[in-house]
Amino acid sequence: MTAASKPNVLPTPDGVQSSIRMDDVSLVYKSGRGNVEALADLSLDLKEGEFLSVLGPSGCGKSTILKILSGLLPVTKGKVLIDGAELKGPRGDIGIVFQQPTLLAWQTNLQNVLMPVRASKRPTASDRERALKLLELVGLEEFANHYPYELSGGMQQRVGIARGLINDPRVLLMDEPFAALDAMSRETMTTELQQIWMATNRSVVFITHSIPEAVFLSNRVVTLSGRPGRVVDDLTIDLPFPRTIDTMSTQPFNEYCHHLRALFQAKEKRQQP
Amino acid sequence: MIRVAKSAASLGVFILLWAAFVQFSGVPNYLVPSPLAVGTTLWQVISDGSIFKHIFTTVFTAGVGYLIGAGVGLLIGSLLAEFSIADKLIRPYLVGLQSIPKVALAPLLIVWFGYGLEGKIVLVVLMTFFPVFVNTVAGLHTANKELIDLYRASSASRLRIFSEVKLPTAASAVFAGLEVAVVLALIGTIVAEFVSAKAGLGYLVQVSSTNYDVPMMFAAITILAMLGIASSKLLRFAHMRLVFWEGPRRNNDY
Ligand SMILES: Nc1ncnc2c1ncn2[C@@H]1O[C@H](COP(=O)(O)OP(=O)(O)OP(=O)(O)O)[C@@H](O)[C@H]1O
Ligand SMILES: [Mg+2]
Repeated sequence: MTAASKPNVLPTPDGVQSSIRMDDVSLVYKSGRGNVEALADLSLDLKEGEFLSVLGPSGCGKSTILKILSGLLPVTKGKVLIDGAELKGPRGDIGIVFQQPTLLAWQTNLQNVLMPVRASKRPTASDRERALKLLELVGLEEFANHYPYELSGGMQQRVGIARGLINDPRVLLMDEPFAALDAMSRETMTTELQQIWMATNRSVVFITHSIPEAVFLSNRVVTLSGRPGRVVDDLTIDLPFPRTIDTMSTQPFNEYCHHLRALFQAKEKRQQP
Repeated sequence: MIRVAKSAASLGVFILLWAAFVQFSGVPNYLVPSPLAVGTTLWQVISDGSIFKHIFTTVFTAGVGYLIGAGVGLLIGSLLAEFSIADKLIRPYLVGLQSIPKVALAPLLIVWFGYGLEGKIVLVVLMTFFPVFVNTVAGLHTANKELIDLYRASSASRLRIFSEVKLPTAASAVFAGLEVAVVLALIGTIVAEFVSAKAGLGYLVQVSSTNYDVPMMFAAITILAMLGIASSKLLRFAHMRLVFWEGPRRNNDY
């Protein structure tokens, strides 16, 4: 994407360029057993290069947001704008990382990283080179020609992240990418993700259930209400990057965490009759 | 090497027990021949070459029927798994056909196709089709939904999703079907040869039976057993080689 190819970038209310924007989006899942309203009038904007985390109770529509942004799920109402253009379907320049690594067991790690390229064309030598660079970025260059079953869960997830970045995506969508990992690998992966994000400078939408993880990684943390999902809190995390384990024991870090925890506490109280 | 030695030893013990049984049980030789008698017969038909016509006929019938049946099973299975319209249109007929014990059709097929190989091959096709078809459909449906979403988000074509995700996912199940089908192919061929044939191992068993030539029956059955074992082993080998990512020690937890 060159600057010339995105002429009508919409300014957000506060005047900052917004690259990805959801405007009053509602989403209703229609099924035989009745309709499920997953999102109601949700507005969200993501600035260029921003790391945005989304928190919310289970079933409030977080994964639904990612499905919409990836172009797989048309919205029931409202609009999704990417660089000012309305999102109509899959674009091919959006990276996705799921909770499970979801790799192709029958292909090498390198071939797995190249999968999104292969979807639209035959990978060139430079694509292959880029894939190797990404594997190096996630610390797996020596496993390029190994198969996923030769890797641990955390390593497989890193292959998934490299794959998410292969098309130099406008945004990397991550749906609880570390939820299946053990606590130790989860902490290392969190620090590594920050390094990857800082090295690549991509926008990220990161879904998690872990408040410290969200605060540690993000520029902004958005909290959703229970189903149907609405934004109930939009918190800017004003801590310098790179953040380290020392950051986690600072006063502001804990205040941010406390603020977010209080939101969930209040919600739970409200639900009790 | 050790495995071969073990199999050889176990076979040796079996033959010894068999010989002892024939020797000491008092069962007359014209009902259960000694291993030596069977071996002699085997040696005779091999050295005068008369057996090869029968082996070839049976292997040819079973092989051609198997290839067609398994191929069509894979094709129709893919079609039905991929297109729900095809599924709605074709499946009721297949379910009906599936409930018929196929060997019951052998005499009818002879009436329709005559005494040549065609009728026999059709029976083998009918018998081998179903296990491959059923396993193909089931296997294709187990493809990871998120993986498919990922392909769709990259604007991949349906054909690419089928060949890169669904088909490899189904490979193991398809092989399981192929292994069942290979045994059915031999059964189908033998039954068809019982009903009507001028050659083939089934024909040989049938003719030897009318002549009370029990050693010859045993020889033919021994060859059939070896054919069955060899083809199953070959398939299992191909399975392990082609579906290499699903070994017992693989880290497939994703
Ligand atoms: N394909 C579907 N058909 C019908 N309802 C659906 C479908 N997918 C999700 N839903 C419903 O929409 C709501 C939001 O689902 P979603 O997966 O977005 O939640 P989530 O916030 O990601 O939850 P979790 O934190 O548990 O992953 C849920 O109540 C769910 O039952
Ligand atoms: Mg979810």
